Amino acid sequence: MPKVKEIEILIIGGGPAGLSAASAAADLGASVLVLERDDKPGGQLVKQTHKFFGSKKQYAGDRGYQIGNFLIEQCEKNPKVEVWNETTALGIYEDGVVTAEGQGKHLKINPEKIIVATGASEKMIAFPNNDLPGIYGAGAVQTLMNVYGIVPGQRVLMIGAGNIGLIVSYQLLQAGVEVAGIIEAAPTIGGYLVHASKIRRAGVPILTSHTIIEAYGQESVEGAVIGKLDEQWQLIPGTEQDLKVDVICLAVGLSPLTELCFQADCQMKYVPELSGHVPLRNKYLETTRLGLYVAGDVSGVEEASSAMVEGRLAGICAAYSLGYGNDVAPKLQAEALAELSELRAGPAGQKTLKGIIKLMDKGGAAC
Amino acid sequence: MLNKTGIPTAEDVKTVSPSEERFNKGPVAIIECFQEIPCNPCTEACKQGAIQPMEDINNLPKLDFNQCNGCGVCLSRCPGLAIFIVDATYSATEAIVRIPFEYAPVPQVGEKVVGLNRAGEELGTFNVHKVQSGGQKNKTYTIWLVVPKDLAMDVRGIRLGGIRHAN
Amino acid sequence: MRITEHPILDFKRGEEVTFFYDGQELKGFEGETIAAALHAVGVRVLGHSQTMHRPRGLFCAIGNCSSCLMVVNGEPNVRICVEKLKSGMRVETQQGKGCLK
Ligand SMILES: Cc1cc2nc3c(=O)[nH]c(=O)nc-3n(C[C@H](O)[C@H](O)[C@H](O)COP(=O)(O)OP(=O)(O)OC[C@H]3O[C@@H](n4cnc5c(N)ncnc54)[C@H](O)[C@@H]3O)c2cc1C
Ligand code: SF4
Ligand code: SF4
Ligand code: FES
Repeated sequence: MPKVKEIEILIIGGGPAGLSAASAAADLGASVLVLERDDKPGGQLVKQTHKFFGSKKQYAGDRGYQIGNFLIEQCEKNPKVEVWNETTALGIYEDGVVTAEGQGKHLKINPEKIIVATGASEKMIAFPNNDLPGIYGAGAVQTLMNVYGIVPGQRVLMIGAGNIGLIVSYQLLQAGVEVAGIIEAAPTIGGYLVHASKIRRAGVPILTSHTIIEAYGQESVEGAVIGKLDEQWQLIPGTEQDLKVDVICLAVGLSPLTELCFQADCQMKYVPELSGHVPLRNKYLETTRLGLYVAGDVSGVEEASSAMVEGRLAGICAAYSLGYGNDVAPKLQAEALAELSELRAGPAGQKTLKGIIKLMDKGGAAC
Repeated sequence: MLNKTGIPTAEDVKTVSPSEERFNKGPVAIIECFQEIPCNPCTEACKQGAIQPMEDINNLPKLDFNQCNGCGVCLSRCPGLAIFIVDATYSATEAIVRIPFEYAPVPQVGEKVVGLNRAGEELGTFNVHKVQSGGQKNKTYTIWLVVPKDLAMDVRGIRLGGIRHAN
Repeated sequence: MRITEHPILDFKRGEEVTFFYDGQELKGFEGETIAAALHAVGVRVLGHSQTMHRPRGLFCAIGNCSSCLMVVNGEPNVRICVEKLKSGMRVETQQGKGCLK
């Protein structure tokens, strides 16, 4: 029997949401443990070389990896925060015990409160030969390129013109790799247009209403056939084009990584605006399982800026519910909530807001 | 069309272009940010108060051309790399366009580089007048490019290594 | 191929080490994953699927998808996208399900 680790707040996932939750809760006096399955916390941020949007409060203008390093330092400096890297949370049990695997060992943790901040996983799409070597998820390309400094190939076809597809294309150009084109099935570009313009003026065509028909190649990708779609999203015969590429990168969206929430018996709901199944929760991010909070992409795929604020909010709420920060917590909560509505006020945030309203109409537990 | 191709149209560009008269007074920022997104570093970068503070962070940036002195601070801060500085007073026939640059290698002063328009098409080879580093942390370079006056509102990118496709 | 010049990032690579890929001696850097080291020298086909014998390569690079299983130091089913490279490692293409010795 492994010894059980007792902790006040356990945070699962060390991305921007988890790290922000950790320092917010620890600042109020709670003892916090963060589990991160990777060998370094930071989540998606460590792979982002571009400057982030948002406002100063969310470190806008700094590059993603710089923000990641800053959040990591903030946690390292805080004696109330412990981070266990290379540790994957496996299960949340009825009695509140969380099991994890770390460095080959099976671990048991008994927290008073849990914050799930596991982020999202990449979606896949179906087309002939989509299993060939040389076809990667956008995250894999980023890991190879921006963590290990290795290019995935010579010439890339990017699938998806959301922010991820646009940004990874830009990162490929920065690494000296040619991008043959970005195709997008929807009639318009989904990502921020300033990103699109930046790549377009570097000479990369962005083809909306286009899809991949097939990939081909013997042992690995040698090319792709793409074609144009009509208004009913049907292929227009005769528009096929053959592109010689050795890499096809999929950036077709993310879905919340909610296995642990399902397992913890949180009430879940499918909300397309939030990119998949997400746990019901109240405005303080507590789910229908009392004492279990969610923050970041796991509660609906969005942005690092909102993930950081959600993390902070969840951290404050969890600490407050344990009796910490009675004097300041309500004010901090109100500030975080105001920041979230500010971020989501524009056209880009409308989808998220719509999704959240659907999620909350049944209501979660009270904070 | 911008939202289908990524290329701002002539009409889009018109909405952010100063008057002939203002161009003749010296360097000025051209803020090619046409979509409401939650972003405001440009407003905080400008110490001249030329970019008005946003009531809502999703607002489009609003520039008062007459307050702008073309210092270029906003250019190096904008995460969208959407701000350019045009100085139409550089010489009788030429203008300087300042362009944000985040590729390697960085061009040298005096080097001839290919100028690209918003669609990435080559417009000719032009002289690099000055290269400004964004510093250790910011890392965005500003490339000062000398271009014929009539191309000052068209050249928006550069490429090293000479003309690639005949056009 | 390794990136030698990058406008934003500096890559701090570990010590150079030797490892073996199907008996062939290759070089990589300590601290990087086996998958990274193999990609750096252009090895993208990591194995073949069991029934259809279709080539398999890296897909997620974060240990989620099991597309990258190989035999490492005799142990089968190692996800080489998360397993770190060490000096002298023997990395081999896996045939079938692999068996535990
Ligand atoms: C290419 C790209 C560009 C982006 N650009 C921007 C941008 O410009 N501006 C912006 O605001 N946002 C941007 N984002 C979005 C932003 O990165 C994400 O929204 C944000 O990282 C979400 O934070 P998170 O903490 O919820 O999840 P993540 O960053 O995904 O972190 C989750 C963490 O949890 C860990 N984890 C998962 N499961 C477990 C488990 N069972 N046990 C232990 N650990 C686990 C993961 O390893 C990971 O470290 C971009 C994303 C991508 C991919
Ligand atoms: S160029 Fe200088 S003065 Fe003009 S808007 Fe930008 S920061 Fe302000
Ligand atoms: S900083 Fe750049 S991207 Fe952001 S609002 Fe200003 S001009 Fe637009
Ligand atoms: S590539 Fe997905 S597990 Fe290794």
